[in-house]
Amino acid sequence: MDLIASLQGLGGGVLIGLSAVWLMAAMGRIAGISGILSSLIWARPRGDSAWRLTFLLGLISGPLLVMALGGGLGNASGDAVDVTGAVIGAPAGGVALMLLAGLLVGVGTGLGSGCTSGHGVCGLARLSPRSLVATLTFLVAAIITVYVMRHVVGGGA
Amino acid sequence: MKTETLKPVMGYIAGLLFGLGLAISGMTDPARVLGFLDLFGAWDPTLMFVLGGAVVTNFIGYRLVFKRTAPIYGEAFQLPTRQDLDGRLIGGAALFGIGWGLSGYCPGPAIASIAGLSLPLVAMLVAMVAGWYVARKVA
Repeated sequence: MDLIASLQGLGGGVLIGLSAVWLMAAMGRIAGISGILSSLIWARPRGDSAWRLTFLLGLISGPLLVMALGGGLGNASGDAVDVTGAVIGAPAGGVALMLLAGLLVGVGTGLGSGCTSGHGVCGLARLSPRSLVATLTFLVAAIITVYVMRHVVGGGA
Repeated sequence: MKTETLKPVMGYIAGLLFGLGLAISGMTDPARVLGFLDLFGAWDPTLMFVLGGAVVTNFIGYRLVFKRTAPIYGEAFQLPTRQDLDGRLIGGAALFGIGWGLSGYCPGPAIASIAGLSLPLVAMLVAMVAGWYVARKVA
């Protein structure tokens, strides 16, 4: 096991938890990323649009700040996107695969009312039975998908 | 300062903490996420530490926050109240899991990685928004 990566994971996880605590303390809202972006697009009236927009800008500026501070942190593959350096890893596939994946992530988090942050980070912390079931379901589905892609289709790559 | 002026600042701080957490923990690299999901390959446990650190911090933090009767800059805490399980929740989560397993991106890291300026990621984000639109039409 990579101890440094594990400690960075723990530290990063604590920051993500603090973000969720802060959003609840300040705004009374769940830190669910799929909900924040889709509500920014569709929610009416627009009273909460400003903080949702700045939340997303903050989300994007986090990795930029780590890169600016010289981070080669957190890159497992080594083939980072040239433009930005090592923090933001390269996508795992081409446009066609990512279109399919994006559609599934959108429809799935839309129907299932949340993603890794809303159900995983926030729902589990609230001991919500719906979030526990959702989290176990998407984890198992993702593990099966990676198994099929890497060890059945990909021949063990 | 007025509440309406401060809300966007508070939102930015929350987003920045989240984005820093994702970047420091390595979750803006899909290879790390896929390495965690690949239980039957060279398993990478990092995501387990990320989720564990986040949930425990949040569990403790929420307990402190909920001692208040209302949030600092809002009228009331807005929490989901449903407790029942239904097909839409489980089916939706399963579809999301397949998309997550194909790409290594869930919505947070996908958005946080925009600065990587890669065409496949932009395609994923556009398709994700289209998927939300479809889900809204179905629901």
